Amino acid sequence: MAELSKPHSESVFPSAIREGIIAGIIAFGLFVLIIGFRTDQNISNELILTQRWGLLAIMVAIAAVGRFLFKAFISPWLTARLKAREAVETVEGGEPSFFRRNFSQLAILFLLIYPVLIVLMVGLQGSLKWVDNFGIQILIYVMLAWGLNIVVGLAGLLDLGYVAFYAVGAYSYALLSTYYGLSFWVLLPMAGIFAATWGVILGFPVLRLRGDYLAIVTLAFGEIIRLVLINWTAVTKGTFGISGIAKATLFGIPFTAGPNGFAAIFGLPLSAAYYKIFLYYLILFLALLTAWVTIRLRRMPVGRAWEALREDEIACRSLGINTTTTKLTAFATGAMFGGFAGSFFAARQGFVSPESFVFLESAVVLAIVVLGGMGSLIGIAVAAVVMIGGTEILREMQFLKFVFGPNFTPELYRMLIFGLAMVTVMVWKPRGFVGSREPSAFLHKRKLVSGAFTKEGHG
Amino acid sequence: MSVTQSMSGQSMDPILKVEHLSMKFGGLVAINDLSLEARRGDITAIIGPNGAGKTTVFNCITGFYKPTGGMLTLSRQNGEKYLLERLPDYLITHKARVARTFQNIRLFSGLTALENLLVAQHNMLMKSSGYTILGLLGLPGYKRASVEATEKARYWLEKINLIDRADDPAGDLPYGAQRRLEIARAMCTDPELLCLDEPAAGLNPRESAELNKLLLDIRDETGTSILLIEHDMAVVMEISDHVVVLEYGTKISDGKPEMVRNDPKVIAAYLGVEDEEIAELIDEVAAPTGADPADIAVARLAKEAVAEIAKEQAVTKGEPKVKPARKTTAAKPVSARKTSARAKKPSGGSK
Repeated sequence: MAELSKPHSESVFPSAIREGIIAGIIAFGLFVLIIGFRTDQNISNELILTQRWGLLAIMVAIAAVGRFLFKAFISPWLTARLKAREAVETVEGGEPSFFRRNFSQLAILFLLIYPVLIVLMVGLQGSLKWVDNFGIQILIYVMLAWGLNIVVGLAGLLDLGYVAFYAVGAYSYALLSTYYGLSFWVLLPMAGIFAATWGVILGFPVLRLRGDYLAIVTLAFGEIIRLVLINWTAVTKGTFGISGIAKATLFGIPFTAGPNGFAAIFGLPLSAAYYKIFLYYLILFLALLTAWVTIRLRRMPVGRAWEALREDEIACRSLGINTTTTKLTAFATGAMFGGFAGSFFAARQGFVSPESFVFLESAVVLAIVVLGGMGSLIGIAVAAVVMIGGTEILREMQFLKFVFGPNFTPELYRMLIFGLAMVTVMVWKPRGFVGSREPSAFLHKRKLVSGAFTKEGHG
Repeated sequence: MSVTQSMSGQSMDPILKVEHLSMKFGGLVAINDLSLEARRGDITAIIGPNGAGKTTVFNCITGFYKPTGGMLTLSRQNGEKYLLERLPDYLITHKARVARTFQNIRLFSGLTALENLLVAQHNMLMKSSGYTILGLLGLPGYKRASVEATEKARYWLEKINLIDRADDPAGDLPYGAQRRLEIARAMCTDPELLCLDEPAAGLNPRESAELNKLLLDIRDETGTSILLIEHDMAVVMEISDHVVVLEYGTKISDGKPEMVRNDPKVIAAYLGVEDEEIAELIDEVAAPTGADPADIAVARLAKEAVAEIAKEQAVTKGEPKVKPARKTTAAKPVSARKTSARAKKPSGGSK
């Protein structure tokens, strides 16, 4: 390999080889016990040690060669590209392309016609998977992340228990519709209000906490809600969950078979796809509502106060801003959108159980906010598409079975890839996909504020 | 913003009255029974050596600390009176109209200069946006208020010479500009009393002169009274109408700048002489003549100090570092301490 690329550049190779060897040694140290040995039981129930030197050698080789390749080829290529780009930027000065300038409009347009496109491409029945698993699933996370963005991205309050509000929303819809038969459209705002109330209830005790302490308390709050849902069996049916939750209706028209159903009224062939498409537009509307409210709020005094709070709480107080109510409104607004998303989730699944509201969900939503760039709606949406869409698409990668054998289930590697992607993005763009901040007001010209100046908040 | 050209009658009426203020942190007494007044339309400077408790006084006035004892009365122009020690910090700005800046600049560095000034008008905008709800619906009342707020921000940006950099993040501005922006931000809360914690720290002489002009303008044009902590004597002596000197949490002098400048206690505080020593010195020189003993003591100290310096110069040819503002003290702390040590001898050395 060294001979192959000798003319490329002399100076890089010795160090690259050295680094490769070091990486190999480290990999050997790490893997020798994990991969090199395997304990098993034999027929007479004795523990036996199998040695897997071949597999270990492959892993070590991958690490060593990978490190060598990175040092020798990829890293020089990256620096060259960076230089080239800098040169281009200084020359052009930067009128962004049409696509970049109108990215959000184009994205919304695409989202609006997405179900139509899918139906045209794969037919009504085939569209189910693409509209439901990709469209709706991603949009739920987009909405959750946009809701959490208000708390974490704008107000700078680290909330690790956001899924609690999602749960409150979901269970308010599930319980009130099963016990009292209220319709989705009545319960949607109510779920938001309940979640906001819980946001304020959480907000009060944690107002004095900052940073890590706040994170821990919010984390505990998320767990409390989940444990209550598990243990309050008389109401929530515990781990069994609530099933048979009423579906949402289109202004009173149910999506059922029968003479009053959607399909019958509009004279269409009966299909589950209509309901999914309806849900898709519903969540799209809810997500866009979240975005619209966020954009409006940022130009309002309360939104500016949130951002000021993130930058410097003491200065805020010196300007006569009541930081208590400011924090509480941030918690309540964020929680409200979580509640909306929750009640939508319950209507979509028709079933809720505490298992849907584990800490991992909070972590995923927070990861999307951080990856997207705190405060940036577009960045967060892109992050949600990459993260959730990326993990969903793993299910589609059945060809991997031919490579890794028939027992290989790609979706099990979801979290591994999620983590890997997070590390990569954080190394490559520490401030997330969109690191710069758009000012809420301007006198002469709207200039983006570089991420170097904005703060992440103290808690 | 109501304009009150400081009228002679009104200027006697104190805007802020501090009575028997004390602040203890555990066993440490930061402020001990301090009483002072800031008159309306005046620039009142609080000076004193490091650790004298100046910033603590500020923190008590602006509600960042709750004082251990004492009363802080603020009288607004409309006659309303507020006991500041009972108000939470944000209400002190919102209701009692006291604004402050910080020793280490606390701008919202990720927000633009304009946004910094808009955040300062939070309470006004909050009201006109119907506590967000009406504003969210896009009612015209909020739009009008937001245009007004922007105009006010523009006025202050022009005033502090930062209009060209209005859309730049505050953290990107040079240091002097950040100091001015912080003052403008405090002014955007429509204060009646503006508390500035070392506004001239780290400024070069030109910026410092600009700051003087800005502060005088603020006083004369908006009628805002200013309370100022400052180490830069050029600023203090030039612009303040009234100076209060603190040392170890107690007031040691209070009066017009010229008077304070010649106060032996102040000189002693700045040059590091013990109180009892200066008292002894005053006693010593008091006997023969009928003149003000303080003046004589100062004259004597100064003379000795000058003689000391002359001697040092003769030996080392070194440049004496004389600050123009401290004409009478005209001596380095070291030489002054020597002087006092000598002055101590005749009276028997009580220590």
